[in-house]
Amino acid sequence: MREEIVIRAEGLTKKFGSFVATDHITFEVRRGEIFGFLGANGAGKTTAMRMLCGLSQPSEGRAQVAGYDVATEYEQVKRHIGYMSQKFSLYDDLTVEENLRLFGGIYGMERGRVEEKIGELLGELGFETGRKTMVGSLPMGWKQKLSFSLAIFHEPGIVFLDEPTGGVDPVTRRQFWELIYRAADRGITVFVTTHYMDEAEYCDRVSIMVDGRIDALGTPAELKAQFGGPTMYEVFYALARTAKRGD
Amino acid sequence: MSALPYLLAKEFKQLFRNRLLPVIIVLLPVAMMNVVPRIATQEVRNLNIAVVDLDHSTLSSRLTRKLQASECFNLYATCRDYGTAYDLLEEGSVDFIVTIGGGFEHNLNRSSETDVMVSVNAVNGMKGGLGNSYLAQIVTQYARELNSEKGVATRRPISVEPRYLYNSALDYKPYMIPALMAMTLALLVGFLPALNVVGEKERGTIEQINVTPISKIELILSKMIPYWIIGVFIVGFSMLMAWQIHGGVPAGSVCLILLFSMVYILTISSLGLTVSNYSDNMRQAAIVMFFFVVIFIMTSGLISPVASMPGWAQETTRLNPLRYIIAAMRDIYLKDSTFVQLLPQFVPLCIYGLAASLWAVISFRKNS
Repeated sequence: MREEIVIRAEGLTKKFGSFVATDHITFEVRRGEIFGFLGANGAGKTTAMRMLCGLSQPSEGRAQVAGYDVATEYEQVKRHIGYMSQKFSLYDDLTVEENLRLFGGIYGMERGRVEEKIGELLGELGFETGRKTMVGSLPMGWKQKLSFSLAIFHEPGIVFLDEPTGGVDPVTRRQFWELIYRAADRGITVFVTTHYMDEAEYCDRVSIMVDGRIDALGTPAELKAQFGGPTMYEVFYALARTAKRGD
Repeated sequence: MSALPYLLAKEFKQLFRNRLLPVIIVLLPVAMMNVVPRIATQEVRNLNIAVVDLDHSTLSSRLTRKLQASECFNLYATCRDYGTAYDLLEEGSVDFIVTIGGGFEHNLNRSSETDVMVSVNAVNGMKGGLGNSYLAQIVTQYARELNSEKGVATRRPISVEPRYLYNSALDYKPYMIPALMAMTLALLVGFLPALNVVGEKERGTIEQINVTPISKIELILSKMIPYWIIGVFIVGFSMLMAWQIHGGVPAGSVCLILLFSMVYILTISSLGLTVSNYSDNMRQAAIVMFFFVVIFIMTSGLISPVASMPGWAQETTRLNPLRYIIAAMRDIYLKDSTFVQLLPQFVPLCIYGLAASLWAVISFRKNS
């Protein structure tokens, strides 16, 4: 497989006044990879991700996503990515299928194709009965799985997941990662933040952010060797301890 | 524009699934058309008066009966002396004291000249002034009556006979109703959009929309069109109610009313959306919108005519979209004004609408 770079950040920085939320981060993500984006609370992960998704303008540095510059061609970037925000952001007062139909329509998918995909997706999730349920009344686990499905509904090349498994029980977490693997198998690049170190082990490569900078980057095995810990937890702890920023 | 139908479907579903909004959209015009024209009136009626009759004569009691018979006055009490009546005025039971002095009949029979003293509670200047002139009318009429009974020719060198144009019954309602429609629109299609975008910001749903390649124009249109439809419904519904309840139909064209309404709705809902775009939370949006809507209503000519404001204040009302729509609605409703005659209202309103809608699109940020 050709090693094609789909996300490239060079010195990407975001400042809010004098506060540097994301401090000159540089990294690359290859096509089809599951890239874990780790860091303590307040390390600047969400800020970095919002820049990569074209929601936020970089203060300095540059980044390309799917070949488009996030500072200038952000509307083009948005055509090629899916995004699942940390806060649940589907419409509570629309049903499951209405939410899917809405976003299918927004991405310009054909009406027939949308209906077909809704059927496929709900079948895959084993959630046919929930088709006409108001999203607001779904349990947390289903909400998260639905958010993820919606983020990849329009078949983007890259999907950004911001703490997708926060507050989800271990069983659902496992199911969620099965969904992620299935997406990766279809060639979707997955860029995911998490606080769970077992999830970090599932990633092809991880980066660890401390105080806005990326202090470590590599495969889980490389990082464990580099920091001399048996698990990712030790690696993370060794790095996160050096943080000066509080929550 | 392929996404617009989907977005509109979403807005309407959300609107109708809201427990409160559809009710408010129907109830507010009902209250505005039913209740407000009856109470927001500057006609003065049912004023309480006390009569101090110190004469106790036939002629003085005839005057008392005349006052009692008037639609404007309630004879609250007849008092022995001025002090008792003044106490009533002080405690707020009466607003007027009519004192008929001793020797009233005697003076009239002898010289046809006598005095009646009227004391007025003028805390509410309007009420005091109008009541006083009603009282004067009654007394003058009585004097004429007495003169003609005595066969004395009434001295009327010049008589003024007013002919009231456009609103011949001098009814306050036809004047208020078209203006109240514009005010209802400001409250509904101004406030609802102001809370819309910022509501999505608070719930976080706007993030999921912002990360899609949707165009800003499409998004703002999807937020604006529902209020257009709601606004036109409100105008139609209000006109129907005004006709059924108060019997007033527009003297001018209904199409013209709808045309003006649509430009005005565009303006006020765009202003609402702009406020929403700049606000961080619903509370902020509501307070900012409240500020503007209250100022707009107070300076619109709804209550006090623009022409009687001080010069500088009149100039500032040029920035008030409500001023144009209220003037236009009243002219169409009462005077059958034509489109050409209303151009001085239409042109500024169009400019305002265009500028506001442009601002609404520009101020929406998908990328910050």
